[in-house]
Amino acid sequence: MLPILATLLGNTLLYATPLIFAALGGVFSERSGVVNIGLEGMMTIGAFAAAVTALGTGNPWLGVVAGMLSGGLLALLHAVAAVTFRADQVVSGVAINFMANGFSMFMLYKLYGGGQTPHIATKLAKWAIPGLAKIPYLGDALFNNYPTVYLAFFTAFLTWVVLYKTTFGLRLRSVGEHPLAADTMGINVYFIRYTCVIISGCLAGIGGAAVSIGIIAEFTEVTIVGQGFIALAAMIFGKWTPWGALGACMFFGAANALDAIGQTIGLTKYANPAFFSMLPYLLTIVALAGFIGRANAPAADGKPYEKGR
Amino acid sequence: METVIEMRNISKIFPRVVANDKINLSVRQGEIHALLGENGAGKSTLMNILYGLYQPSAGEIYVKGQKVSITNPNVAIALGIGMVHQHFMLIPTLTVAENIVLGSEPRRYGFLDMRKAVAMVEEISQRYGLKVDPQAKVESISVGMQQRVEILKALYRGTEILILDEPTAVLTPQEILELFDIMHNLNTEGKSIIFITHKLKEIMAIADRITIIRRGKVIDTVTTASTSPRELAAKMVGREVSFKVNKQEYSPGETVLQLENVQALNSRKLPALKGISLEVRRGEILGIAGVDGNGQSELVDVVAGLRKATAGHIKLLRKDITNASPRKVIAASISHIPEDRHLRGLVLDFTIEENMVLETYYQAEFANGIILNNKQIQMHAKRLIQEFDVRPPDQKTLARSLSGGNQQKVIIAREVDRDPNLLIAAQPTRGLDVGAIEFVHRRLVEQRDKGKAVLLVSLDLDEIMDLSDRIAVIYEGNIVGIVAAEDADEAMLGFMMAGAAGN
Repeated sequence: MLPILATLLGNTLLYATPLIFAALGGVFSERSGVVNIGLEGMMTIGAFAAAVTALGTGNPWLGVVAGMLSGGLLALLHAVAAVTFRADQVVSGVAINFMANGFSMFMLYKLYGGGQTPHIATKLAKWAIPGLAKIPYLGDALFNNYPTVYLAFFTAFLTWVVLYKTTFGLRLRSVGEHPLAADTMGINVYFIRYTCVIISGCLAGIGGAAVSIGIIAEFTEVTIVGQGFIALAAMIFGKWTPWGALGACMFFGAANALDAIGQTIGLTKYANPAFFSMLPYLLTIVALAGFIGRANAPAADGKPYEKGR
Repeated sequence: METVIEMRNISKIFPRVVANDKINLSVRQGEIHALLGENGAGKSTLMNILYGLYQPSAGEIYVKGQKVSITNPNVAIALGIGMVHQHFMLIPTLTVAENIVLGSEPRRYGFLDMRKAVAMVEEISQRYGLKVDPQAKVESISVGMQQRVEILKALYRGTEILILDEPTAVLTPQEILELFDIMHNLNTEGKSIIFITHKLKEIMAIADRITIIRRGKVIDTVTTASTSPRELAAKMVGREVSFKVNKQEYSPGETVLQLENVQALNSRKLPALKGISLEVRRGEILGIAGVDGNGQSELVDVVAGLRKATAGHIKLLRKDITNASPRKVIAASISHIPEDRHLRGLVLDFTIEENMVLETYYQAEFANGIILNNKQIQMHAKRLIQEFDVRPPDQKTLARSLSGGNQQKVIIAREVDRDPNLLIAAQPTRGLDVGAIEFVHRRLVEQRDKGKAVLLVSLDLDEIMDLSDRIAVIYEGNIVGIVAAEDADEAMLGFMMAGAAGN
């Protein structure tokens, strides 16, 4: 039993990691008042760019950076539409998702002549943390894992610090709640929102990279299938807070892990494997269908701000 | 005295209106300078220009003799100009201290230093006698305290010239007195205050000088000592205004509305009405006086069928209408002028004519089965627009684009035209200017003189005392006493509003 639980725990962390990055991105964006349904597309483009870069340079870390930058770039587009042109943020996000998907598919055929990249030999390697990795069961699950896993937890901590312990965070939260009030205090609402949306894209991009060169070693059209939306659900589940989002991502990660290792650990004896594949999405619907009220949402979330002139 | 602010020939042209037309304003060091004008006269626009939220289309601004260009609030703040907006600019989910320091926060090693922020807030709040709880979340504090937070926000930034935009609109009489004390304190510290209002009584009580603005133009600047409320009102509205409402002699008829031990919960499911008994008779105005939040809104809702009574009976002409649906209440000939005209009085994105038939559209006069009789609806609106002097006189205008006074005229026209047995008027003049208030008051008294029963709920004690025949004082969901208006005075009602039983 214990080895099974340890495997489950390790896999939970692994599958939660991309969600954590994207959900934290969502926290940044939405706490500043911009709904970011484009997380999915930003993950897709991040996963694609990371795969291509890792294949081209042989360096997975350059892949992570490429994933981050490409996600940020796509987010910039969202910011231009949603902040400057005050477009409907959901519509803009949907467009982002289609664009990311279409672009990466097109480039896949262009570059590799098919719907998938070759196997990435130089994907991220596991890091064993000296000493801690030797703890029985737990050590292997927690401390002998991919560096992106550690980075995800560190990013959650960093997000918390930025949000609650810095002046930028205070301003960010004020802009998401009441941009007009922030404006009268001399805070540049547009600057804050642009910054936050771009940060969200960067984080979602890293999340995508954590899938294509962290979990699996390739990029195909089904590499990112709904993780962005699951991350969005996790962020709402976590009440728009970094630690809440992290916790919710672990929950969804566990559902993913059950699906991934269900056969190995013999769970599929009890239920159809399709059930386990369905689980993360089912939980997403439950989370989004109003079991978690929108009562905790930032008051100005999704509302474009127009400066009086 | 030194002139600290001088605005010269300021004009502001919006796409469809000239909000400010060559306005001149000078404010002296250490004075309370009132800006008086009706709603939409251009007072707030002028102050938003001074605070850098709007850019003037033409004109110059001098601060302490220096010509300045105030391109954004940061520039205004740096020049020592602070503003407390009519609608508070506070972030409900943040604490008092966070709200105050927002935008120029104390830092320690690059991080936000909340401990220092709290200490600084405590320091200035003590210096100026503005009591606040720095650690409390803004959403949980009283309106009066929220206003003190707004003033502290300005003082924290070293404000020398404080703009207060309609600061008393949301305050109780006691809180208004506290605010005046604070304003005097600031004055003795050498700060100048620009005080925007349309309430003459307040101006006479606190201002040193008054600049009157009408339709975007300065009419005059006078000293308080050399003027009178009557003169100010005439300058503000552009014609003589009568303050006294002429009423026919009080001769009440049969009981129209009767409440027996009515109880109800508020929106947070807490008891709001704890056994209200009262009656309103034909040919009388019963005024409900009380401090905001003592059950007035719930009382109106229960009678109008918008809230469930948990106990007791409501009778209209001896017929029980307890917990009847709003349509039944309307059919029983109760008219309701709601306290929030945007939320419940009008559909803002409907035209005037549509708003005029919100309650009656299905009746034979306006509909053939499911088909609306648009011609009839239009005629109906045209007639009421003329009768009630709604401006602009165009029945296709959206309710949203009307001024507050004209929105209220639309509601009153609709409600009065139904020839009700009972007219409920909840804060019918809130946010209206002197001219519109006069209109509303005249119409309410007219209904009473025609033999209707009128239930008037208002937070404005003067309004209650001017209009009512009898006054019921509500406190924490109970009627603490009902007195004849001629026997009542402000001190006695104030006493009862604080919970002391009447006699």
